[in-house]
Amino acid sequence: MATSESVDAPLVVHIPSSAPAVPTVTSRHCALVRVTHWITTLCFLALLVTGVEILISHPRFYWGETGNVLTTPLFQLPIPSSRNLVQTGYGYVLPDQNGWSRYLHFQAAWIVILTGLLYAIYGFVAGHFRKNLLPDKADLSWRALSRTIAGHLRFARPTEAEFWSYNVLQRLSYLLVIFVLFPLVIWTGLAMSPAFVSAFPATVNALGGQQSARTLHFFVSLALVLFLLVHVVMVCVAGFRSRMRAMITGRAGTYKERT
Amino acid sequence: MTHLSRRKLIIGGLATAAGVSGLGVAARLAQRYGLVPPDHGGIYGLGETLTYASQRLLTRHSLAREFSRSQISKRPLVNELAPPSEAFKRLQAGGFADWRLTVDGMVDRPGSFSLAQLKSYPSRSQITMVQCEEGWSYIAEWIGVPLSHVLDAVGVQPQARYVVYFSIEPDWWESIDMTDALHPQTFLTYGMNGDELPVGNGGPLRLRVARQLGYKSVKFITHMTVTDSLKKFGKGLGSASPEGGYAWYAGI
Repeated sequence: MATSESVDAPLVVHIPSSAPAVPTVTSRHCALVRVTHWITTLCFLALLVTGVEILISHPRFYWGETGNVLTTPLFQLPIPSSRNLVQTGYGYVLPDQNGWSRYLHFQAAWIVILTGLLYAIYGFVAGHFRKNLLPDKADLSWRALSRTIAGHLRFARPTEAEFWSYNVLQRLSYLLVIFVLFPLVIWTGLAMSPAFVSAFPATVNALGGQQSARTLHFFVSLALVLFLLVHVVMVCVAGFRSRMRAMITGRAGTYKERT
Repeated sequence: MTHLSRRKLIIGGLATAAGVSGLGVAARLAQRYGLVPPDHGGIYGLGETLTYASQRLLTRHSLAREFSRSQISKRPLVNELAPPSEAFKRLQAGGFADWRLTVDGMVDRPGSFSLAQLKSYPSRSQITMVQCEEGWSYIAEWIGVPLSHVLDAVGVQPQARYVVYFSIEPDWWESIDMTDALHPQTFLTYGMNGDELPVGNGGPLRLRVARQLGYKSVKFITHMTVTDSLKKFGKGLGSASPEGGYAWYAGI
């Protein structure tokens, strides 16, 4: 399975038959990574918009099993609500959008989970995680890490190595999103489902209750939004056109072109 | 075209053909085993069907979590309610002595039950959570007769697939499949926290569906119909919720 076309490091294509074997660099990201990336992007945006719509029907958060307007919240967001029941201090009530928002939220969740499964299977089988995302031991030393962080804080242009491969901070944050934040957001989401937890009660009990699951779902989503913002800013710093082209067509152009 | 890409094309074509026919078979099987919700049409049908089918496969016999007496919410929330209808107010003035629940449809012995009759059946209680789709929740003790007991009394016919239930208030009706209708925690509820069921929480009679969100637990129940198809009720989407834009299945 781990043939040369299935990695997304620079792809070396050997031109067949009698042509001289000149290696030509063509692909920054392989097709599966590009397709799953954009499906995930669309689903994430749908989940975010509908999640906000669902949230505003009750912008209060609790810890434990239960919570409602008669109990003390952990915190309340200073935003208007789409329900009369919640006292927000605003003199108006927003329109109810929960119906389609819940429909679309779960549909997007299904698509992103199936896409994520496909990506994860590919990542393990084709060695994408090992080759492209697992950081080098040498890069994990404090000196190397602080040098990379300092470079990011100066918004330095990417080096040629970074142009063709992920740097250590990218690798760590992508691994965090793929193996920690996405699994957590799925878990905390399912832990709010009364039917799901009837079959798997440990999934909600381990989180401290149904309202705790809801609160954690909110914070994990915030972490994912933070990742999205930093990700987009870094794409702009690294060269928006070149990076977008790399993730859409696979072609990154040449490093010289960029610098 | 190199040798490699032709092989890829053939494999891709075969995989697509297998996938499409696999989907066709899956759809037929899902229909046969009752894994397709009535609101499966439209752009959100895929997600709804996946949710309902997988929850039915995973949760057919599972019990909603029950809580200890100490976890009962001190003040159970009373949700916003439209002002009661004249019909409701008349029955309320009579202390609900004339409240009737009629059960008809695909049953051997259609019947009409007074509250006193329902209370004479074996009474059960459960301490479970009411979760609103908005995000809030509370825990209460619910007292009533399991719906399965009443369905046994009227004799449900074997081809029955759904129970449709109606509030005395207009345009307030829902339906559940037989899995939820016969579920041991699905109660015709007339008591709460050791007392009568308050009107604000659905008294005198509420159908409590413990494994679904609050909106499936319709208040002020007066009529039930057992059926094999939801097509002839309302717009054929299963209940008032999908007509108002909300999912028919509310286990999530």
